[in-house]
Amino acid sequence: MKRITKDDILMWLKATAKVLMENKNYLTDLDSPIGDADHGINMDRGFKKVMSILPSLDDKDISTILKTTGMSLVNTVGGASGPLYGTFFIEAGKAVVEKIYLSDDDLVSFIDCGLKGILNIGKARVGDKTMVDVIAPALEALKQAFANGKDTIEALHLMVDAAHKGMKDTIPMLAKRGRASYLGERSVGHQDPGATSSYLILRTAYETWDKKI
Amino acid sequence: MKKLINKAENVVKEELEGISMAYPDTIKVHFDPNFIYRADAPVKNKVSLISGGGSGHEPMHGSFVGLGMLDAACPGDIFTSPTPDQMLEATKMVATDKGVLYIIKNYSGDVMNFKMAADMAHDAGIKVDAIIIDDDVAVKDSLYTEGRRGVGTTPIAEHILGAAAENGYSLQELVDLGRRVNINGRSLGMALTSCIVPAHGKPTFELGPDEIEIGIGIHGEPGRKRMKIKSADEITELLALSIIEDDPYTRTITQWDGEKKKWVDVKVTDPPFKEGDEVLAFVNSMGGTPDIELLIIYRKLYKICKEKGIKIVRNLIGRYITSLEMQGCSITLVKMDNEMIKLWDAPVKTAGMRWGI
Repeated sequence: MKRITKDDILMWLKATAKVLMENKNYLTDLDSPIGDADHGINMDRGFKKVMSILPSLDDKDISTILKTTGMSLVNTVGGASGPLYGTFFIEAGKAVVEKIYLSDDDLVSFIDCGLKGILNIGKARVGDKTMVDVIAPALEALKQAFANGKDTIEALHLMVDAAHKGMKDTIPMLAKRGRASYLGERSVGHQDPGATSSYLILRTAYETWDKKI
Repeated sequence: MKKLINKAENVVKEELEGISMAYPDTIKVHFDPNFIYRADAPVKNKVSLISGGGSGHEPMHGSFVGLGMLDAACPGDIFTSPTPDQMLEATKMVATDKGVLYIIKNYSGDVMNFKMAADMAHDAGIKVDAIIIDDDVAVKDSLYTEGRRGVGTTPIAEHILGAAAENGYSLQELVDLGRRVNINGRSLGMALTSCIVPAHGKPTFELGPDEIEIGIGIHGEPGRKRMKIKSADEITELLALSIIEDDPYTRTITQWDGEKKKWVDVKVTDPPFKEGDEVLAFVNSMGGTPDIELLIIYRKLYKICKEKGIKIVRNLIGRYITSLEMQGCSITLVKMDNEMIKLWDAPVKTAGMRWGI
């Protein structure tokens, strides 16, 4: 079992900022046909802000780092993505209070509580063509992998595979939440931008922590 | 893209600097976090009203700050909802003992951000309640979408509620009045052209030279259908009849329960229009359509209402809730009662709406 430390969390957030910057135009282009063409711009602005406050969090614990990251996303991203991603990190942070490192169980409850926060404010369900379609199957795959005795990195790998499938599965879906829902049938055939950013964030966790082993 | 701007990323900041220079006797601007507030805020013995939303809909909401309308407005980036820190700071700036009312347009981002701000304000000991405007009949189904969007009824509600607040209404009375205005208001818009978001640089959607989009949203979201252009009379008839003949509309709205101190979901149904109703008729430009065309629209709307036995008792014609430079218009009908008419006639002194003073 790998122990996810505070430094691992900080590296993940930094790497995520870089990945979202590199994918800024890609996410915005996905948002053009079924949204309002700003998802990449907004996520990049949010994680740039997170980068700017990370130095002040160097001596803080994992929970504080995650909650502060969430609040700064809430206050810089705007739109629906701000409260949704902000709540994910805030609730994930609340799930790991006083933890010096994250065990496999902590990792599961981290994503579980983050997802519950998103479901609570966004009210989306699996199949509505949103970020939930990535995070929910990713969480299930992670739980399943640990139940099957996989080690941390193998389990994260399986989680990312499920996240990728979840992202691709949004393509034929009819949007039922968010701005894409106004398109009705016209939302079919497009990959959801929020599902895509969720996949990128989860993939970055796996890639960051895999290299460290 | 051809626009009178300097840098795309500075559009909102420079607009706010401009508005603070243009109307210093009415409003002040707070930067970082951004919000516009009444120069004489907080106004004692009055509930304070706060609205907000993405920028690009000017004069809404910033130019509706002032006597008889809003106490503060929170502008987001263009077409992106503002954030809770803006709303919370604006709330602290204008809050009075009588409380604060948020007027929220029904878009997922606006609703989520305002709810978070309301929760933070409650934690800070400030009395806050909220009403949601969802009046766009282009959205038929609330089960498989976010529900109806908040459009033309918004500026009407902002003045009626602002006037009521000036007249000493309590927070609960304003909430009840706001919900009444909302369920009696219906709107539908159309576009002749797309708009261009400065940071994006390209039209939000493509319309052929002879095509129009019926039911367009104020961010360029698509509507009911795309069709070949028709005459002003035919388009007015299409919009007006869709509004007048719209069925009762039932949806679940999240409301703040002041006693239980939590958000609760409540089912609300709009009554449809009927013969004998008295209405406020609002013909609005999406930004690029001139008054001359709005008056041609109003002419036909007047005739249709007359034929249907619906009496227009007040009107509003002009550019009030826009989508940048988009060409097109929207029609809003709000069924009025005597109390609402009296409040509508009450003085208003803002950059975007001014009479009776």
